[in-house]
Parts: sequence; structure tokens; C-alpha cells
Amino acid sequence: MRSRKLLAGGILAIGLVVVGADAAWAQEAPVTAEDVQKNLDNVFVLVAAVLVIFMQAGFALVEAGLTRAKSVANIMMKNLMDFCAGALAFFAVGYAIAFGTGGNDLFGTGGWFLGSGAFQYGTLTVPVTFLFQVAFAATAATIVSGAMAERTRFKSYFLYSLVISAVIYPVVVHWNWGGGWLSKLSTPFHDFAGSTMVHMTGGIAALMGAIILGPRIGKYGADGKPRAIPAHNIPYAVLGTFILLVGWYGFNPGSELAADDAIGGIAVTTTLAAAAGAIAAMATIWMKTGKPDVAMTANGMLAGLVGITAGTAAVSNIGAVIIGAGAGLIVVAAVLFFDRIHVDDPVGAISVHGVCGAFGTICVGLFATEDSEFWKQGLFYGGGTDQLVSQVIGVVSVAAFVAVAAGLLFSVIKATVGLRVSEEEELAGLDVLEHGAPGYGPDVTPVSPPTPIPDGQPVTMPTGANS
Amino acid sequence: MIKLVTAVIKPHMLESVKDGLKSTGVQGLTVTEVKGFGRQGGHTETYRGAEYAVDLIPKLKVEVLCSADDVQSVMDMIRKSSHTGKIGDGKVWVVDVEHLLRVRTGEMGEDAT
Repeated sequence: MRSRKLLAGGILAIGLVVVGADAAWAQEAPVTAEDVQKNLDNVFVLVAAVLVIFMQAGFALVEAGLTRAKSVANIMMKNLMDFCAGALAFFAVGYAIAFGTGGNDLFGTGGWFLGSGAFQYGTLTVPVTFLFQVAFAATAATIVSGAMAERTRFKSYFLYSLVISAVIYPVVVHWNWGGGWLSKLSTPFHDFAGSTMVHMTGGIAALMGAIILGPRIGKYGADGKPRAIPAHNIPYAVLGTFILLVGWYGFNPGSELAADDAIGGIAVTTTLAAAAGAIAAMATIWMKTGKPDVAMTANGMLAGLVGITAGTAAVSNIGAVIIGAGAGLIVVAAVLFFDRIHVDDPVGAISVHGVCGAFGTICVGLFATEDSEFWKQGLFYGGGTDQLVSQVIGVVSVAAFVAVAAGLLFSVIKATVGLRVSEEEELAGLDVLEHGAPGYGPDVTPVSPPTPIPDGQPVTMPTGANS
Repeated sequence: MIKLVTAVIKPHMLESVKDGLKSTGVQGLTVTEVKGFGRQGGHTETYRGAEYAVDLIPKLKVEVLCSADDVQSVMDMIRKSSHTGKIGDGKVWVVDVEHLLRVRTGEMGEDAT
């Protein structure tokens, strides 16, 4: 009886201490709904950034799969370095040029090396804002590696990769997302997650690189007709495409930059456009050549994703299907077109990211269902041409700037360090001569210890033939 | 008298050829992945809308060592077990073998088959 009283007293005492501590804590920092929302926003965008970074793996696999085995280590290395060079370059200068508040309508300044004045958006912290943006910068950079595959000197590519992430991509981003001139048009240019800012920027840089570099040896016959150089690993290409699809759920919904009720709808338009793009591309190539080409169908899914990226928050579900299908059809036509004009793009990066990026951006001016804070109703919904005109201005000006900047960059690299490997190296494959070891193949050094030749019986040759 | 029977067959016919040869008493064979073309000269395919020639078709080369007495039954079995009646069924040829040695035992000639 007595011990029970003591026990009860003890529990009461502990309870009082806990309640008291809780009350004291609550008085110091009451947790508001805003605090919870802020934390939710940061968690969501951080996870989205990680998904976008995972897209690097998708790009690596798509590009490796769609090219030849003899240069597979080289293309993997380029993807590896796109992310690393991009992360450091964007950290050091790119982020300041893109978002620094001290600049003008053409480029920003401030927040170099994420120092004082580094940009943060809405409820997001500086690190979360930066991480999401650096993931995008690396995406723009890595688009180019596939188009220049199998013939570019590695160190020349590395230089390009540094410059696009440090300067070219950040300037483009500043024009719109960084508060530059495209965001100050009477009807502001709208590119929700980067059909133009990220994908077309990478696609146009890829176009300039592929033009200045020239086609792979053997891509064109003596008659000038394009010859197929088939993919060496279709499972890689398709797996990479699926990884990119998954990454896109960070790319598009994450670009809402908040955990709110819009992200679900964005994820759905993204899904529908991806599916429609793949089916449209499959149907187009099937009708053209009589077979449903796997590589082209994978390109079609990516084309649908690139196409919906600008308008993912602004268009209806049906609009997303139409945009995705349109991109899937256009990507096939574009791949065949660039093949015919002797621009050798082994993975279709120019068509997927450049052409469909432009197409998707312009589609915002056609398919936006209603006016909002960020965009005006599109032409097909009776909203007139205001948004459409702004979209065209954005696409044309970004394409022109990137074409000039990347063209200049590749020309300077070509004239100084050289852009292309030797003919001998290209024919042998880049892996061994650029990086020292093949991507696949037998072990280059013996792994078992040397064995002495044992003594044995000599062979007694029989007399007479045919024994 | 030892003979080397070499057959070039469709890859998917290997199981049938192998089982067939075993049933005739053949005790060993060697299979190599090879490529080649015959009278038809291959065909063309398209990849991403561009054509390419598939003129070297993957085949398997099966090599069997046997005594001259067994050549008829080995060839019969290869023909029966690799035949589909469609283009590209392959060929079988036989050559004389000058010497044959089983490495482990040192046996020579027919003892080594």
C-alpha cells in the first residue's frame, strides 16, 4: 500500500516535470502552421533536387546505351564530369550570375561561392535553393555529351562543361528565373521548369558542338546518305529513360518550389506527356520504317517530358497529352532531319532537348487554360496572342544567345586545344587512348600468378599418316 | 582414320544438334560463335530511320571428331537436328585429320576421339 503511494507520487512528479518543461519550451518558440509549412517546403524541394541529380544517371545510361561499346567509358566519364564540373562552377560563379540580386537585366552579381547575398527563394533556405538550381545547371550541361559522343577530346569537353555551367546557362537563367529582361516583358515569358532555360539551352549548345565537330567517321556513305550506327546496349538506353522519367518528378513538381496543392497536378501532366510522347514517336517511326524502333520510342518519352516542362503547371491534362504527342512526332522528324543535313547526333539530344524544348515553350502560349499570376491564357483557350508572342521572343532570344556563345566557345576550343580526337583514335574507340582502359572487355593484366610449365611425357608420334 | 566434321548452324538449333549427336554416341564437341553470310548475302534493317546492312549473320560452328565409320551417322544427325527448311540452315563439311592427341592420357588416333 505504501509502496503503491510512493509509485503514484513518483509518476506524478515525473509528469509535472515533463509538463513543466513542455510549457517552458512552448513559451519560448510556439510552433506555427507557417513553421511547419516552411519545413515542408524545404524538405520537398530538397528531395526534388536529389531526384533531379539522379537524372544524371539516366543521361549517362541513355547516352552510353545509344552509342558504341568502344567509347562507353568515355561517355560515362563525360557524364561524371558534367556533374562535378557543373557543381563547382555553378557554386563558384554560376549561381551568382543566375540569381545574384546586384546585377542588371542581362546577368546577376552577388553571392559568389554562396557567400553573403546568396539568393534564396520564398520559404526555402539558401542551401536548398542552391541545391535545386545546381541540379538544373548540371542537367543543361550534360545534354551536350551525347550529341558530341565518340569523337570529342575529353579535355576539350571538360573545358566546355565548365564554361556552360559557369556562364552560359546562368546568363540564360538570369533572363527569366533570375528576374532579368524576359521576366519583365509586358506579358512575362513563362517557362515553369525549363523547357527553354534548361533543355533548349543544352540542345542548342549540342547543335553547335555537333556542327563544329562534324559527323563520326562512317556515319555517311560515299553517296552522302546517312548510315545507321546502331546502339550497343538498348537495355541501358531504356533503363536510363525510365530513370529520367522518375527524375522528372523532381524536375517539374519541384519547380513549384513549395509543398502545396499544385504539385500533384504537375506530376500528372508530366506523366501524361511522357506516355503520349513515347507512343507518338513509336507510331511515327513504325509508319515510316515498318518497325517500332526502341531507341526512337525512348527518345519520344524524353521528348514528351521536355515538351511539357514549360507548361506543366499551366495546361490541362488533355493539353499535356497533345503537347506530349506533338513532341513525340516532332522528335522523330527532327532526328531524321538532322541526320539528313549531316549533323551527327548519336543520341538525338538536339532533337529531344533543343527542338522539343522550343516546341513545349511555345505551347504555353497556345494551351495555358486560364490567366494566372505567372502566365496568360493561351490562344487555343481564347486568351489571344500575348503569351504566345512572349514565348516566341524567349525561345528565339535564348536560342540566338546560346548559339553564339556556344559556337564561340567550341570554335575557340577547336582553335586552341583542339576539339576532335585523331582519326586513329576515333576508329579504335576513345576508351583506351583517352582514359587508359576499355569500358568492357577482358582484364588487361593477368590476375593469376605465373605457373611453371610442369614436366610431362613426350608425345610419341605414330608412324604412318592418318593415325 | 579420324575425320573432323564441321557444321555451321542456326544458334537456336544448338540444343537439338547437341542432343542428337549425343544420342549417336558422339562423346565431345566444340562450339564457337561465328558470323558469316551465304548465298542470300544478308539483309538490311533500319535503326532510328537509317538503313544498315546485316550481312554477317550470327551462327554457331560445331566441330566433332569421329572415326570415318561414324561420319555418315554424324552427318545424318546434324542434318536432321539442324534442319528448319528456311534460308540460313547452314552447311556441314568433313576433312581428314592427320593426328589426334588426348592431352591428359597421351592417347593417339582413334583412341583419343
